[in-house]
Order: sequence, then structure tokens, then C-alpha cells
Amino acid sequence: MPEVWIPPRMQTLAGGREQVVIDGASVRQVVNNLEKAFPGMKDFLYDSEEDDLIAGIAVVVDGEVSQLGLLERVREDSEIHFLPAIGGGQSQIVN
Amino acid sequence: MLDYKPNIVLSNEEFNVVGKRPVRPDGADKVTGKARYSADMILPGMLHGRVLRSPHAHARIKSIDISKALAHPDVKAIITGSELTQFAGRASELVEGAMANMKFLSNNIMATDKALYKGHPIAALAASNAHVAEQALSLIEVEYEVLPPVMHAKDAMKEDSTLVHERLAAMTTASIRAGGILDDDDTANGTNIANRFDFTLGDIEEGFKQADVVVERDASTVAVHQGYIEPHSGTAMWHADGNLTIWSSSQGHFTVRENTARLVGIPVSKVNAIPMEIGGGFGAKLAVYCEPLAALLAKKADAPVKVTMSRTEVFEATGPTSGTNITVKLGATRDGKLTAAEAHLVFEAGAFPGSPVAGGAQCIMGAYDIPNAYIEGYDIVVNRPKTAAYRAPGSPAAAFCIEGAIDELAEKLGIDPIDFRLLNSAKEGTRRATGPLMPKVGFIETLEAAKAHPHYSATLEGPYRGRGVASGFWGNNSGPSSAVATVTPDGIVTLAEGSPDIGGTRATVSQQLAEVLDIPFEDVKPQIADTDSIGFTSNTGGSGVTFKTGIACITAAEDIKQQMRERASRIWEVSLDDVDYVDGGVQHKSDTELRLTFKQMAARQNNTGGPIVGRAGVNPGGAGPAIGTHIVDVEVDPDTGKVTILRYTALQDAGKAIHPSYVEGQIQGGVVQGIGWALNEEYFINDQGHMVNSSFLDYRMPVSLDLPMIDTVIVEIANPNHPFGVRGVGEVCIVPPMAAICNAIYNAIGVRLTSLPMNPGKILEAIWEKNGN
Repeated sequence: MPEVWIPPRMQTLAGGREQVVIDGASVRQVVNNLEKAFPGMKDFLYDSEEDDLIAGIAVVVDGEVSQLGLLERVREDSEIHFLPAIGGGQSQIVN
Repeated sequence: MLDYKPNIVLSNEEFNVVGKRPVRPDGADKVTGKARYSADMILPGMLHGRVLRSPHAHARIKSIDISKALAHPDVKAIITGSELTQFAGRASELVEGAMANMKFLSNNIMATDKALYKGHPIAALAASNAHVAEQALSLIEVEYEVLPPVMHAKDAMKEDSTLVHERLAAMTTASIRAGGILDDDDTANGTNIANRFDFTLGDIEEGFKQADVVVERDASTVAVHQGYIEPHSGTAMWHADGNLTIWSSSQGHFTVRENTARLVGIPVSKVNAIPMEIGGGFGAKLAVYCEPLAALLAKKADAPVKVTMSRTEVFEATGPTSGTNITVKLGATRDGKLTAAEAHLVFEAGAFPGSPVAGGAQCIMGAYDIPNAYIEGYDIVVNRPKTAAYRAPGSPAAAFCIEGAIDELAEKLGIDPIDFRLLNSAKEGTRRATGPLMPKVGFIETLEAAKAHPHYSATLEGPYRGRGVASGFWGNNSGPSSAVATVTPDGIVTLAEGSPDIGGTRATVSQQLAEVLDIPFEDVKPQIADTDSIGFTSNTGGSGVTFKTGIACITAAEDIKQQMRERASRIWEVSLDDVDYVDGGVQHKSDTELRLTFKQMAARQNNTGGPIVGRAGVNPGGAGPAIGTHIVDVEVDPDTGKVTILRYTALQDAGKAIHPSYVEGQIQGGVVQGIGWALNEEYFINDQGHMVNSSFLDYRMPVSLDLPMIDTVIVEIANPNHPFGVRGVGEVCIVPPMAAICNAIYNAIGVRLTSLPMNPGKILEAIWEKNGN
């Protein structure tokens, strides 16, 4: 199952764990399953109005910033990070 | 040892058009004065807008009386801040998805209740000519309650500090999102600390226990400006149907469309933003200043209005980069392996939240493999103009601090500074301090190229001369991009794309299209299309255009190839599977008599199914990071403190240099800006918070006479996520210069300077202190 690195400010919701293993074949499924395992976590990541990740959050799958966000497919052995999107432009991200 | 052949190393694939150096399509118009920049716009009946700006760094606006100005016969319209769309800007609303706080954006373009920096717009008017407009500004009467300004982060962070915004909420995210205002029922106090965040990796305490040598370094930088030649300008014209046309130069006309529409209060579909040629931006023309004001004035006056800034306005009221205070602590074993690193970054955001501290935090350790790390960032509001992006935002200041510490650590360990970096360099699969694994990048190859370069082994003789080395990291960026390639009957491709061309990207994306179609570069005619004429394209930023719009052009070219194969199969009455596109034309797989060149196929397009138009809308991932290493020799004049750059060599992983001359130009440009940042440039601010050197006479940027030739070496470690291996090149080149020059000055005079700029006064003080006088 994919391994999710929990951002520091969300780690209290995960009992202080820095990484968790969560089932899912896409980032959306992983986020939904994170919520089931650790209620409240989805609020940090998911924008229900836009049906997308909250603006300003980038998802990094296997070392690459995803441009597909929730729609990105993940593998059984994928490593997933939720990182801040940063920089001068609206969509600037530091890999 | 590399087989070193200047100035491109490791290139392992040759192409017909990619990697060559054709003449840029826009070059002739630019050097003959035919290219039109934003201030060149002239429309029938056009009025000229001017902006009244705050003379105070911090003041409450008690009243604005426009009656006398309005009575002037040549003044046609006046606006104040309340006429821009006003947003609540609450932090509690922002977490639902706003990337930028529109209240802050609106209030930066024109103040409402408070002026937050010297030069903050207070009102604007439109008049029949620029001189009358300028004169009429004096007829607007503003009553201020002058407040004490807070100019520095260290003061703004104190509990009893004057507050820039009385109700600013503190955030705890490294996101670009720019904070917000406390809810009315929130009893928390306001703050100048707009944001605080951190990253952790491993066990920082254990990491320092494993270290045999520890180095700590404090470093500070002050605000500097991007210094683009072309001041901001925007022209607006309303149409009878309620549509609005904007002409301006920017790094993203879709952002101009979006922000102007929201601030004027109309849908984006009613705004057509037309990109003009751009005379430099370096990140700062991602922001919008003039366009919404021109639009509101034009609406009120019922006439087109142009608003153009003066150079002083550009300095005082656009976005310089942050002043920073950064501390770094590094630990390493005797054999030179980093065990732990800790960094604390404090960035001044200007009058509104949103400094590039997150960029600095994510880049400060980006070049290295460090098992235990802690990074903390602060975003602080002060009474200065809101900062804007400047080439690799946040990373240069971070590198100035950590690369000095790396140099000191290598010296303490008795290890060559390039060898020390090789021992600790990040490579594909390295766990970064911020968590993710490093994608493929050529740091090791770039360091090896630096070590093998003749500059590094050249003898440097004479007193007060020194050599320095530093590296830099930047993440690069992608985003949505669009391209439409239309085949003309005479076999030319007119290419419409959406990325403002700030560094030669018309050429680099056209080269990629020509390469895929296997046609001459000169047979592609590129243009930057307006927002009504091309699909959404994200900003020209993050060194991303040659990557993302290049992929859009490659995709559009593949679309053309497919359509030509279909036409050929129809003409020859054969299966599509039997038709290939090879050598710039279509041909039958087995019957070599059946072949049509690109031009022949183009001539037959209308009778074989209609126009051939290749299209693409893409959002590619995997931009790939950028990394560079610089070597610099300096000479210090012990009597005057002046630093002369004797020799400079910059080596950078470009992935694949599509147009090597433009890669070299980007590297040289970044280095030159870095030299100015290192040695001379700064906002001189007096005790009232006023910039006192807001002209190019007094703001000292380097000119050609200050500089030697900047030698460049392009290292090509292909980005696996791009068909030709492209990675962005435009930003990382400004990251190492300040640190490299600082390390060279240390090598020359034996003192490690810790603040920028390293101007003659600081150098002399350092020499005097070292000599005990």
C-alpha cells in the first residue's frame, strides 16, 4: 500500500506518526482513506467546493510534483507527500 | 574525470533544430524599434492616468477630498480605493481554497483605510495628457494621521510592536496563501507574524551528536529590486457591450485577466488581456498594479486610459525581494559527511503577507544529502512595499547563508570545498529535508565539471585576491499551457501560444515544434496570443516555459503529423497504418514512390479535408529541479574596499539546452544580477521609512564596465520527463553568486562577511577590524 508522509501540522491527528501506510489507487482514494483512518485530516487537504486539493497544497508522488492532484494514480509502493505550493506565480511549486 | 569540452558537457544526443542557435524570431523587431511594449500603446481619445501615492510609510487615511481635482477641466475621472471590489479577506475563508488573499491584492493596488508604505496608491486620476494628470494630483487633498512605521522584521516580531494590520491572523503553513484577517468574533490579537512553519527530517539532536565539527552562521540581506528596464504600464478600453480590453506587458496575461476581472467586478470572459512585449520582469511582472486602475478610470471617463509608472514609482511601489535574517547550523564528521543541519529563516514580506520564505526554506538544503534536518520559516509584515518574486524567490538569500557555512565547514575539515560538496551532494533518490525523494538532477556532474574546469586550477596570484565557490538549488515549475499550430498553404506553421516571451521562449518552443515536424526553424512563425485567442496558459515563471509550453508545442506538432498521415492515407487510398511521417513528410511504409513533403501536403490540405491545425492543452508534471555551481575570483582594494570581479565561471545543469545561446544568456544575466545583489544594490531607507535612492542614478546596478566576461558551462543531464530532456534554466543562476563572492572575499581578506551588500564600507570595516584599527 502507498506510504503517506504526514505534514507536521497534521501529525497530531495521526497520533504523532510521521508516515502511515494507506490503501488507495489514486490520490483521491488515499485522501478519503486517510479521513477514515484519521478523522479530520481531509479538512486540511480537500476543498469540497472545488472538488480538488486545497489551493496551495501540492501533492508529490514518487518525487515528482503532480499536476493532476486528486486524479493522480498511485502505485502499491508509491510514496506520497503533501507539501506547500510556493513561489512567485500562482502555480509555482518547488519540487 | 570528465571529457571536458567547453562549453557543453555530457550532451549525448544530437538533433536537427534542438540544440542549435537560430536567430530569434522577435529579434529584428526589437533591435529596430518596431516591437511594441506596454507604454507604446496609443489609442484614439486615450487619457493618461496618474496615481497619488502616500508620502508616509504608515498612516491612517482620515479623509480624501477630490473636489478641486475633479473641477479641473482636463481631469476626466478620479478613483479611490473603495471603488475596487472589496473583499473580506478573512483567514477562515481562505482555507477553503483561495491561493491569494484578494483583500490584500486589492488593498495593495489602492489603499482604503491605511497607507502601509511610502508610495502606496491613495487615489488615481485620468486627464487629457500626462503633464496635466501629474499636476492635478496635487489638487487631491488627503488628511493623514501619521503612524510610526515598523521597517524591520526583528522589530515587527516584538510583542509590543506597532501592527501593520491590526487584525492580521497568524498562519502556520508554508503555502503561498497569503494569510488573512481575523473573524470579528475572534478574540485573538493581531500580529505582524503572518506565518510560521517548519520541516523536520530524522533526529536533529542525534545528528549533531554524531558531528565532529559544527559551524553556525548568521546572515542578513536587504531588499533589492529586479531592476527591469521597462516600467509597469497598462492600458484599458471598454467596449459598448461591456467587454474590456487590456494591453500590458506581464509574465502572465491570464493572471492580468483574472485579477483585473475580480478587482473590477466582471467575469473573466469579459476581459481580453493582450500581451505586449516585455522589457524584463524577473518575477516581478507576475504581479498586477496598473491594469485595474486603468480599467476603473476608463470606465468612469468613458475613454481609454493608460497608466504608466515612473522609475521612482517602480522602486517605491512595486515588489522588491525580501530583506532576510537567516541562521544556519551544520554538523559533519571528520571525514566530511554532513550529519545534521538546522536553519531558521525570517523574511520581510512587505506590507502584506506572502514573502518567498517558503521557497527559501525548501531550497536551503536542497542541494545536499542531510539525514537529520530542521527548517523553520517566518513571514513578517513591515511597512515596506509588498515583495514580489525575484528569480528563484527565496533561494538566493538562503544560499548566501548556507553556502558560506558549507565553505567554512570544508575549511575546518581541511577538505576542498568542491570535494566537500561532492561528498554530500544530493542525487536521484536522496531524501530531501522537506521529505520527498530527489528526482534525477546533475549536481554531481556539475561539481565534477567545476573541478575539471581550467578556472578552478588556474593560479591566482597577488595580494587581496581570492577565489570562492558556491552552489545553488531551485525547484523549477510547470503548469497548464496551450498551443495552436496552423499549417499555411505554403507550408509554414503559424504558432500561437500563451506564454509571454521573457527569455527567448518564442525560439525555444518553436525549435521543439520544428524538431518534431522535421522542418526548418525558419518555417515556424510564433506569436503570443491574447487571452481570447488561446487556451489558458499559466504564468511565465518558475523557469517553466521551455518545459511546459515546449511540451504543448511537441503535442501540437504530433497532432499535425497525425492529420497529415490521415490525409495521405486518403489521397493514396491506403490504410493509415501504412503511412509514416518521416524526414519532414509523409510516405508509404513499403512503397517509397508514395511520398509528400510537408510543403506538398500543406498545399493540398484544403482539398483533402480542410485546414490542418495542431492543438494542445497540457499540464505536464516533472519539471525537474535545477542546480548550479559557480567559481569566482575577486580582488579587494584594501584602501577603498572596492571589490573587482576578476573572473567568473558558472556551471549549470540545463537538462538539454534547446537554444544554448539563450541558456548562456540566462546564466550570465542571473550572475550579473547576483553580482549587483552581492556588492552594491540595496534599498536605502531613512528613519521615516522612505526609500532615498529610488532612481537608477542612486540605486547602483552593475553595468558592463563593472564586469568581466561571464563564462558558462552547460551540463546536460536530461530530465526524463521531457522528450528532449529540458529542465528550466532561468532562475537557479542567481542563487550562488552572493555566496560565491562572499567566499572569495574571505579567501582574499580573511574575513567572512555576513550581510549584503558587501559594499566598500563593509569591506573596509571588516579589514580594519581584522587589523585591529
